[in-house]
Formats: sequence, C-alpha cells, structure tokens
Amino acid sequence: MTQPYRLSTGGRIDRSRTLTFSFDGKHYTGHPGDTLASALLANGVHLVGRSFKYHRPRGILTAGGEEPNALVGVGRDDAHFTPNLRATQVELYDGLTSESQNRSPSLMRDYGAVNDVFWRFFPAGFYYKTFMWPRKAWTKFFEPRIREMAGLGRSPKTADAARYAQRFAHCDVLVVGAGPAGLAAALAAAKTGARVILCDEQSEPGGSLLAEPEAMIDGLAAAEWLKAALVQLAAYPQVKILPRTIAFGYFPHNMIGLAQSLTDHDGEWDDSKPRGRLWQVRAKQVVIAAGAIERPLVFPDNDRPGIMLAEAARIYLERYGVLPGRRALVFTANDVAYRTALALHRAGCAIAGIVDLRPDAGGPLVTAAQKAGLPVFPASTIAGTDGRLRVTGATIKPIAGGSGQHVSCDVLLMSGGFTPSVHLFSQSRGKLVFDSTLDAFLPGAPAEACSVAGSAAGLQSLKEVLDSGAAAGGGAASYQVANAPLAQGGFIGAVPYHGDPGSVRAFLDYQNDVTAKDVVLALREGMRSVEHVKRFTTNGMATDQGKLSNMNALGIMAPVLNKPVPAIGTTTFRMPYTPVPFGYFGGYARGELFEPERRTAIHSWAAAQGAVFEDVSLWKRARYFPRGTEDMRQAVARECRAVRNGVGIFDASTLGKIEVVGPDAAEFLNRMYINAWTKLQPGKLRYGILLREDGFVIDDGVIGRISDTRFHVTTTTGGAARVLTMMEDYLQTEFPELDVWLTSTTEQYAVIAVQGPMAREVVQPLVEGADISAEAMPHMSMVECRIAGVPARLFRVSFTGELGFEINVPADYGRAVWEDLMESGRPYGITPYGTETMHVLRAEKGYIIVGQETDGTVTPDDVGYAGMIGKAKPDFVGKRALARAAFAAQTNRKQLVGLLTDDPAHVLEEGAHIVADPAQPKPMTMLGHVTSSYWSDALGRSIALALLRDGRARTGEQLYVPLENGNARVTVVSSVFYDPEGVRLNG
Amino acid sequence: MKLLPPRSPIKGSQEMLLIPCPYCGNRPEIEFAYGGEAHVVRAAAPRTVDDTAWTEFLYFRKNPRGDHAERWRHAYGCGRFFNVKRNTYTDQIEASYRIGETLP
Amino acid sequence: MQRYSALALIKQSLNGHKGWKPQWRDPEPKQSYDAIIIGGGGHGLGAAYYLAKKHGIRNVAVLEKGWIGGGNTGRNTTIIRSNYLFDESAALYDHALKMWEGLSQDLNYNVMFSQRGVLMVAHNVHDEQSFRRHVYANRLNGVDNEWLTPEQAKAFCPPLNIAPGMRHAVTGAALQRRAGTARHDAVAWGYARAADALGVDIIQNCEVTGIDRDAAGHVTGVRTTRGRIGARKIGVSAAGSTSLVMEMAGLRMPLESYPLQALVSEPVKPIFPCVVMSNTIHAYISQSDKGELVIGAGTDAYVSYSQRGALHIPMHTLEAICELFPIFRRMRMMRNWGGIVDVTPDRSPILGKTPVPGLYVNCGWGTGGFKATPGAADLLAYTIAKDEPHPINAPFNLERFGAGQLIDEAAAAAVAH
Repeated sequence: MTQPYRLSTGGRIDRSRTLTFSFDGKHYTGHPGDTLASALLANGVHLVGRSFKYHRPRGILTAGGEEPNALVGVGRDDAHFTPNLRATQVELYDGLTSESQNRSPSLMRDYGAVNDVFWRFFPAGFYYKTFMWPRKAWTKFFEPRIREMAGLGRSPKTADAARYAQRFAHCDVLVVGAGPAGLAAALAAAKTGARVILCDEQSEPGGSLLAEPEAMIDGLAAAEWLKAALVQLAAYPQVKILPRTIAFGYFPHNMIGLAQSLTDHDGEWDDSKPRGRLWQVRAKQVVIAAGAIERPLVFPDNDRPGIMLAEAARIYLERYGVLPGRRALVFTANDVAYRTALALHRAGCAIAGIVDLRPDAGGPLVTAAQKAGLPVFPASTIAGTDGRLRVTGATIKPIAGGSGQHVSCDVLLMSGGFTPSVHLFSQSRGKLVFDSTLDAFLPGAPAEACSVAGSAAGLQSLKEVLDSGAAAGGGAASYQVANAPLAQGGFIGAVPYHGDPGSVRAFLDYQNDVTAKDVVLALREGMRSVEHVKRFTTNGMATDQGKLSNMNALGIMAPVLNKPVPAIGTTTFRMPYTPVPFGYFGGYARGELFEPERRTAIHSWAAAQGAVFEDVSLWKRARYFPRGTEDMRQAVARECRAVRNGVGIFDASTLGKIEVVGPDAAEFLNRMYINAWTKLQPGKLRYGILLREDGFVIDDGVIGRISDTRFHVTTTTGGAARVLTMMEDYLQTEFPELDVWLTSTTEQYAVIAVQGPMAREVVQPLVEGADISAEAMPHMSMVECRIAGVPARLFRVSFTGELGFEINVPADYGRAVWEDLMESGRPYGITPYGTETMHVLRAEKGYIIVGQETDGTVTPDDVGYAGMIGKAKPDFVGKRALARAAFAAQTNRKQLVGLLTDDPAHVLEEGAHIVADPAQPKPMTMLGHVTSSYWSDALGRSIALALLRDGRARTGEQLYVPLENGNARVTVVSSVFYDPEGVRLNG
Repeated sequence: MKLLPPRSPIKGSQEMLLIPCPYCGNRPEIEFAYGGEAHVVRAAAPRTVDDTAWTEFLYFRKNPRGDHAERWRHAYGCGRFFNVKRNTYTDQIEASYRIGETLP
Repeated sequence: MQRYSALALIKQSLNGHKGWKPQWRDPEPKQSYDAIIIGGGGHGLGAAYYLAKKHGIRNVAVLEKGWIGGGNTGRNTTIIRSNYLFDESAALYDHALKMWEGLSQDLNYNVMFSQRGVLMVAHNVHDEQSFRRHVYANRLNGVDNEWLTPEQAKAFCPPLNIAPGMRHAVTGAALQRRAGTARHDAVAWGYARAADALGVDIIQNCEVTGIDRDAAGHVTGVRTTRGRIGARKIGVSAAGSTSLVMEMAGLRMPLESYPLQALVSEPVKPIFPCVVMSNTIHAYISQSDKGELVIGAGTDAYVSYSQRGALHIPMHTLEAICELFPIFRRMRMMRNWGGIVDVTPDRSPILGKTPVPGLYVNCGWGTGGFKATPGAADLLAYTIAKDEPHPINAPFNLERFGAGQLIDEAAAAAVAH
C-alpha cells in the first residue's frame, strides 16, 4: 500500500499526479505540493535522522526551516548534491533522491549509537577535560575519531554543476513574510502606490493561512481571502512577489539580503538556468512579518521519532492531507495544541490524551476538546516516553505528584507556545524587550526604518495580526475576522517530571544533543553568561541556530541563577536567518569572471606567438616567447642576447600612466616626488621616486615633461591606481591651492619598448616629424611625432642599459604599430621579449623593481638613490619623516648590493638569506636577502641583487647563502654588473 | 588653502540609507574608498614641526567609539574626497560635507 | 584546582557530574591588587596566569567589561602559525607556537591544539618570491616552513583546485606543518581556571571607566562600573577597545579599530584536513572539530565598533573560497559574525611599557592575535613583573614609529611590479 497515512481529501496537494522519490535507496510516492517531510510522513516514515553526538534516532519535529532532526542529503549526483537540507523545506519532485545522515551503516542500525549507551561519560564539554595525554595523541588519535563521529552530512566531492545569479533592487517597502500580516502590509503599501517587494521562504505565499480551514476574513474563508489578496497584489505593476526567498540578513542603512531559490524545487534538471539568486535590496521601509516559531517542551526522552510539534502536526494534516499517526498524545502549555487534537480527532486519529501543564486551561478550544470527549489532563506533565525507533507510549503524571499513568501512542504532539521571529529585527540593531506575560522577547525601539507586524511582534489573534500588517504597510484597514483561534499560553524551561534527574535526559537542542542537565552542569561549572552556556553546551549552535532551543535554555537558567530572563539576556542574532549556499554569495564571480583580466592591445599578438603569460596585479603580461622546445631559461637567454646584440621589442603597456596638467603641474610633482622638476625642460625625461609620507619607497617611474604645464607620469604596473589615489588625495585635501588636473591614461596608450643597439634603425623609418638621431634626441628625452602614421609620444629611455625607445601610441593602434615595428625590424632580427628578460636585463644594470628590491621598508638611500633627492626643495612627501632624528640616526640599514656566487653557474634562489657564518646555531643572524637572481647571458654567469645590512661598506666581503642543498659562498659587489659606465645607453 | 564655495552639509536622518557624496548624492558603500580620519592637516612647513608631532601626524589617528569625522573618496563616481560624520558604533551617518568645510 | 582527566570524568559520570566545581570563582573585586589586567580575553587571562605562575604575583585581578573570552578570543578563525618574515616577528610568534604545543598539559585543559598544518597558497610570481623569502628566513630562524609545488599542495589538501585555467591559478604553496588550529573558547576558559586556582580574581561585567594616576603620573588604580580598584601596575589587553582605555590615561595610540568578519558553514563529515590561506584572493579556511568549515574574511574598510560589517565583504570571501574549492559551492553559510580588530600602521603588535609609569600595553594584533595568545600573555606578564620588556617583545615598543623602525609584515607582502 502506498501513502497509508494520506487522507483521501483535503490539503493543498495535487492528488491527480503521483511523484516517485527515494530515501536511503527505498522508493516512495508523494504528490505535487508535498515536501519531502510530508511525503515521508504520508508513507508512515518518521525515523529520518541521527543526532550529532549520541546518534539518537530522530524523527520529523517541525514543518519549517527550524527543523533540527530531519536533515537529509539531496541530489541526483555528486555535482548536484547538498547535505543537511531540511526535509521540511525540500519540495518534492519526481525522481528526488535523498539520504539520511550521520549514521553508519544505516539509519536503523547505527554503530555511532554506542555513544548513547555511554552517554553519562559525554556530558557537555567533556572534551575539555580529557584526551590530553600523551601530548601528541590529540592531533593524531583522538581528534580524527571525534571528527569522524561529528559532522552531519557529507560534503560533495565534485565541483558544483550549478550557476548562480545576483541582483540589486530598490523599493519603497520590503515585506518579509507573506503570511496574513505580510499580505496585509503589502496590500496596504501597494494601495499607496509604493514599490513593494514581498518575499516568503515557502513555495507559495500565505503562511499560516495555508493551513487554516476555519477562520473567516472579511466574510471569506481564509483560503479564499488569500486567493483574492494575491489576485489584488498581482494587479499592481509595482509589486513584486518572491516565493522561495528568505530574507537572510539585515545590513546597515536598510539593506536586506534575500536568497531566492530558483530550480531546487524541480530538481535542477537544467544547469543552464541559475539555481538561485542573491538579492541586495535597499528599502526605504522594511516590514518584518516573519511569524513565530513553536517551541518544544523539555521533558524526559522528548526526542523519539514520532514526537512532533503540535502545530506542525496540524499543518501536515491541513496543508498536506497527512495523518502523522493513528493514536496521538498531546502535551501542551498552549491552547492551539487543542486545535491540533480536535482536527486529528475529526480526521480519524485517536487522541490518547491532552496533557496540559496549566492547571486552569480554559477558552473555546479547551471547551471544544472537552465537548468532543477528548481526555484532558490538566496540571499534568509527561515523565517519560518509550519506543526506540518510534515513540510507543508515555507516562503522564500530575504536576502535584502522585502516581503516573502510562498511555500508548504512536505520535506525541507538543507545544510550549510560540517564539516570535525577531531575528531580522535584532540584526538591524533594534532593541528587544522581554514580555513576561508571553515569556518572549519582542521588538522594541527600531534602529533602522523598519517595523514588525503580526506574530513576529507577539500578536496572537488573527485580527490583530492582519491589522498590524495593514498599519505597518501604511494603511488603516480594520479587518473583520471570525472563527480564528487564539494562540494563548506557553512555557519555557524544563517541565517538572518527578524523577531522578541523574538518569533522565530532556533535550533542549535536539540536533546537538544538549539536555537540560547540560545547562545545569554549565552553570555549576561557573558558566554564568548566556554566551558561556551556549558555547560550553553548544546549545543554539546547531543548524537551527537556537530557534527552538534558546528560550528554553533561558527558562532553565533563570531559576538556577535566580535572575529574571531579561537580566540573563539573549545571544546575538546573526545572519543568515537560515543557511544560504556559498554559491549565492559567489554569484557570477567565477572562472574568468572571478576578477576582470586586463589585456594590452598587443596581447592577442603575443598569444598567437605562443607567449607564456604571468599575472601582474590584474594584468596578463607576456613572460617569455618560447621557440620550439625552449624552456624558460633558454628562451630568456636568447631574448637577452637579441637585445644586447641586436634589437628586442617589449610590450610595456601595463605601466601606469598619469597625465599631470596645469600651471602648477611642476610644483605639484616637486611636492610629490623626491626629485626636482622645476628645471626639467620640456622634451626631457627624468626617473622619479615616490615615497610614502613615512619615508619609504612606494613607487617609481619615468616622467616626461611634454610642455611647461603638462607631464606624462609613468608608474609601476601594480601601483598605478594607488599612485593616482595618493596624488588625488594630496591634490584635493593638502594642496587644493595648486591648479593641477590628474587623468589616468594607462588604458589610452599602448607602450612599445624597442631596445638594443639596432633600435634606432628599426624605429627611424617609421618616424615622421622628428629627428631621432643621437645628437637631436639624447638619452632621457622625448618628442611628439607620428610613428607608422599614428600620433605618438616617443621616449628615448632604457630599462635595459641599451639604446632604447619607448613608443606611446593610442591603444587602438597599438597592435598595428607593433606589427609595423616587427616588419621594420625584420632585417635586424628583431626579437619580442617578455617580462622575464626585462627583469634580467635591468638586473644586469642594477635597476630596481619596486616591490622586489623594495618591500615597503626601504628608503631611497637604501637602494642607492639618495643622490636623486632634490636638495633645494623645502618639502616633498616623505622628506620630513626621513629627517626625524631617531630615524636618521639608524645605522646598519639594509642596502642594495650585488652578489656573485663562487660557482658562476649557480643561480641563487630569490628570497634566500645571507649570513656571515653558516655554521652558527639557529636562529641565525641574517644580514639580508637575495631580492633578484638570474642567469646573465651577457656575463656568462649568474648574478644576484640583495639587500644587505650595511651592504655598501661590505663590498668585497665573502658571505654565505644557506640553501637546501648546502651553502653558497658569495662575494659582495656593486649592484651594477653590466656596462657600469653607461656607454651603451648613449649609443 | 583655497576655499571652496560654502554649501550646507547634507543632513542625515533615519532615512539616510547610503553614503551621501556631497557632489553626487546617496550612493552605496561599494562605490567609495575609505580615507581615514578627517581634518588631519599636513603642516605647510613640515620643517617647523618637531619629530614627535610629525610622528603623530604620520601614525596616530583618532579611534573613537561614537562620532567620527572621516574622509571618503567617491572612487567609482566623481573621484572626489569629502568628509563624513559617522557614528562608529551604530554606523549611522549624520552628515557629509566638502573638504575645506568645517565639521557641522 | 580540581584535576581534569579521563579518570575524573569517569568518576563524575557515575555521580551524575554533581561534583564538578566552578572553573573559576565569581568574586567581588577587592579594594586593591598588586596588578590589574584590563581585558578578559585569552591574552589578558593568560597574562594573569603567568604573573601568578612564573613571577609569583598572585594578588591580581582581570577586569572584563562583558564575559571572558567574548571579544576577539571567541570570534576568530583559530589559525595558529609562526611563519612570519621578519626576525622579530618570527621570534614572537614562534615563542607562542612553542607554548601552544604544551598548553593543554600546562593548563590541564584540553585547548584542542591541532597541528594540522597551514598552507599559504601562491598565485603568481610575486607571491612565490615573497613566500620563498618567508621560507628561507623561517628556516634560518628555526621555524619550520617548506615550499610545495601545486601538486604537492593538492596532495596535502585534496579539495584544493589547482587547475591551470583558474583566474588566479595556484603556482605553489608554503606549508608550515607545526601550525594549526585550537578551540578558542577553551583557551580563555583554561587560562581563567588555571589563573583562578592560583588566586587571580576574574571579575566579569566590570567595565573600566577611568585610570587614576598620582602626582608623579604613576598609575594608582582604575575606576570601574563596580567601584574603584587600586593597583600600581596595570596591563591593558583590550584589543579593539584599547584606544578607548588608553585615552583614560591620556595616551593616544597608533591604532585604528576595524570590523573583521568570519563565518561558518553547516557541519559536514571530515573533508578538509588543514588550514589554507590565500592572501592574494583573500580566503582563509579550515574545518572545525564539529565539522563546520570556518572561513575568515578581510576587514571592512572603515573604523567601526559595531561588531558587524557589510555584506560585500563575506561575498568577496566566498567568491574566493568557491574558486579555490569548487566542491564547496553548494555548502551553506550557517553563521556570520564580526569582531573588532585593532590595527597598527605596520600591522605588528605593540607590547611593552608606555610613557605612563605602571601602565603596560598589549595591543595592535590586528587580525592575528589568537595565534599569539600564550606568547603575548607570557611576555606581557614578564614586562609587568620586571618593569622592562623581554628581549622578544622589546622591538614591539611604542617608540618604533617615531624611530621609523617598523616591523612591516604587511608591506613586505605588498604587491607591486
């Protein structure tokens, strides 16, 4: 027989279609409209999981996102698999595959349940008191075993197949929760013309109205009113309704994060559609109508499969047409559980009894239950339950004491009252106020533009709920409501049970197996803050984040500490309200789109040539151009040779470029860079060094003076944005009297370096409107002209030590000019080279790379550039810091030097450190480190640059570089290895 | 210092949802770069400032819990620096004003 | 002190655990103490413990404005490592790491120090240069650190994505095997219990509102929400609130307090064997003993004491996590939170004497204070007891900023080219 617990009528499921699904390999059927939980219950399956610590058998407890027990893994394959989903939220689709968790080998027979046999040895925090001997055993032995027992589901091991979307939105009113309060709020707001977003975590709007067969609103049955309200809302073009969407976080200035599930409910069959969408909504007003969550009662063995919350059982009955059992025992401190009993009774379920903690329960529901002949036990409690994989009975006892009475049942339905969902309100920094008549924290003064409506505000009657919603939405509707129940009454803490506390366990936090006793133990051990109790017992740290357990914990703590609940306080509510997949946050930022990739105008040419690229900040730069079977070292040696002996061509487009323009441009650069700029003539270049205000080198680059009022500033590739920001900062806030404009031109120019003794021969034929002869255009000069027919800024500059030009042309023409230069250079064997060759060539000349020879702790003097400082200048950024007496008094600073290894073939490793005595014990006294190290083809040996303590005074000294395979002996030399006189530059 | 034309600061309130750029209006935080404490003036003649004061200028910043005058730059907008008065405990922004204007 | 052991646990189990004593007392503050520590985090509680244990100064109070361990001690991602670049830093953090290795036994409290290894992933040539420099410097300083190829890194951490087509492909990694994680709450509680047993008064819900000084400027005590408490030695170990406390003594600090966010996933069975950090794409991840993936985000951009941050910060972090570990894209965030970290200009701590006689400070740990807990506590106790810094913390003085002798770990890793 399939679905033996499914009623033939009633509910919102579609009985005309049957869906097949599997749980732990066994196949079942259900209907559209079911959740996995309701379908399992329809098939009589209550046992669905095992708890975290004791591996106790557990059943479906709730009908919502707060479910602590019914956590399952769902997905047809590993690339679509998600662990720890609440079966109460998983919508059923045909072919759904699910599995239980935290059990081995099976849900019925779980070896981990041995923990439950020895539960006495595993109280809260037991692990702090043991597993300390022997010392290494924790990491090697105990911890791996504890980890194996812990955890819940299994992580997928395959990359996720899904994709995700993200969206920003603005609205006048965001309504969180589409129950009666939220609908009333949305209707009221829509009427005023406001742009409204209404979101709800469930598959359809309605909230409590989806399981409301009796109440009448404005003369309509609740379900009819709901239908009409949705039709009305749909007619407003400025109203957006988002089902399957949780408002997971409340961020400053009324920004709300929404997570909208798009394809999970139909099985994610099409991976080209986004699985979910993260919304960042900026709302002028937020209405929180998130409802309330029913609390369990804390009594001995209150966790067996078949023990459920009373309102959840009624939802399974009314919304899904499922009978949770055949014989129900009800345990309550709240009137609505009577409604569950009555509804079950009408549906044919025997009621073994209604056990009410309250001595004086009255009201229409109680009267109705009595009238229906249901056995009511007032002022009574449940002292224990039995049944292993399913509850089979319970013992009822009068609270006053006396003998108990055992009754059998196959479901036990409990209600400790309702906890308003104040999570979002609290996240917004709104103050919570404790209401002692409701035993609940309620929203107090808001910190943002938001209001709370409905049962989230502690309201108990449907009329109040609707009216509060209307008011929150800016309306004044007064709803007419009839036949609605009143959810009065509640209890927090552990119920009295008259037994030996040493031998019972009453669960508070089901998933984490935290019992009332654990809380008492924590208090006994001196944990007095609610946060200490939480962290020591792990109460409230499970996947429901305390939605079911926090109030009961406070109820247990209060009498022991002899403090009222508000004096104990609550733990902090944090996002997300319910868990949100990482992929939602990652959104589009994956693969190529993880971060933008910056490519130069010449990139495509280099790629076609087979260049190997490296990442430098966001740029892709050609590192070398291998030919045939060359490895990097061979390719770089060939490229170096070409530049030193003939001509090479290099894409320098990634260098940052800033156009500094205005009458005060020279004065501005005087104040920014260490060098003097006033006397630099138009048409000349100068190498500039930029310091931070505290005196350390932050950037460098060649700067050209185009005219009296215009400079072409270059920066390092990675430093471009930083330098522009720094310049803007000083210009806007420190030197606003200077008339200067700054414009980033990094992307506007392609920069092509042509370097080598034959460089002029290559460039010359393409130049129009300029004389680039050695006499007319010496080293460190520039001219505006046309090159290959394109307007260009031509720099005579060298980062290689050879005769060289850097050609700046509009980026759109970059590749065309590059190709013309290649053509022009063909007779000279022009060779494209990459960043690696550039590094070798500049290291041979002792030119520094900021970020490699410097590391934010290096001054101009440290790298031998003190001579560049404009001595006559009264001020520049960093000057005053360097002049501080204590700073200037430092000795033994690290200075830039060259190193030569004894073995000329030995290329040192960059980052290796230098010592005087490699035999000294550790920690060794380190004198410095190798900043750059290469094979120099020109010198036929290895070279290295280093920062070395008092390095310039050590020239000629022999030191050691300890490496993995022995110590390399090195000699300290000048940092300029090649052409120290610089004659080649002037060729 | 060059004085900017006087302009009344944008007033904050409960509805102040975003960072108010005095040039562009309210924009989300992701368009801005934080610029640290406001009104830290770099001396016009640094030589006249003693070492201790210069070190304070370099490294010591107000770090209050409560009202804080701070600089932001509308980095992905107009590019301008401006000042904001923000409560560092509630994150509520109380005012924004241009460089060169005094804290309202 | 009631001894903790497997045997004690068994004995108590048979007795319904009724015999466990409070781990620390809840005393009323005395009129005066020999020394006061302001701040009941791991650093402050540890300092009190070492004052009592190593220096015989037992008449000590720890004043905590909220609940002990409630600040950054209870809010961090529990990463412990010592592979810092500069000699001063390596000495400081390795001092702490060596103490971690015996801490559970010393405190008789299982702080679950798990030497699972910390893998720092490189994504480009500059990262490699920087990390290799770390590896070499660490080795000569006697700190373990080794360089792994991408394949070796994946063998050590199987979920790691080393596909060459990634936007920021993994080009290698530095591994410190002695590094790992610990249970943060246990550190605060273990120190509290051990300090209490030596006579230290741990006073919670006691906010310091003023610091009193005599005519000579020497500290004489503090004013608190629970009355005045005298002491001639006061150690401040208040993390994000340090600026506020020091201001009470008229001292301005080179500190700014920023929000730092972290998050955990829902728990799963063991899947992640170590700690992985990527500075380039901002991802820090490990798996807790409970099974949660513990993920650290970067700091928010602005000064704030709100213990929360903006959404785009964890979004950015999870983008990076999903890129490095595409198998985790379907895992779900269970809880996000924020702490307040106090950051110095050079990202290194300040630990030593102050210009105010009798006032000592331990602050500026930024995002990395947890790993230093035993070391910082030990050195703060030493400095208070001897009225002079230990050679290990001597370089971390307040004067270094004036002298330009920064210990700039952050700048040393900065990207430029």
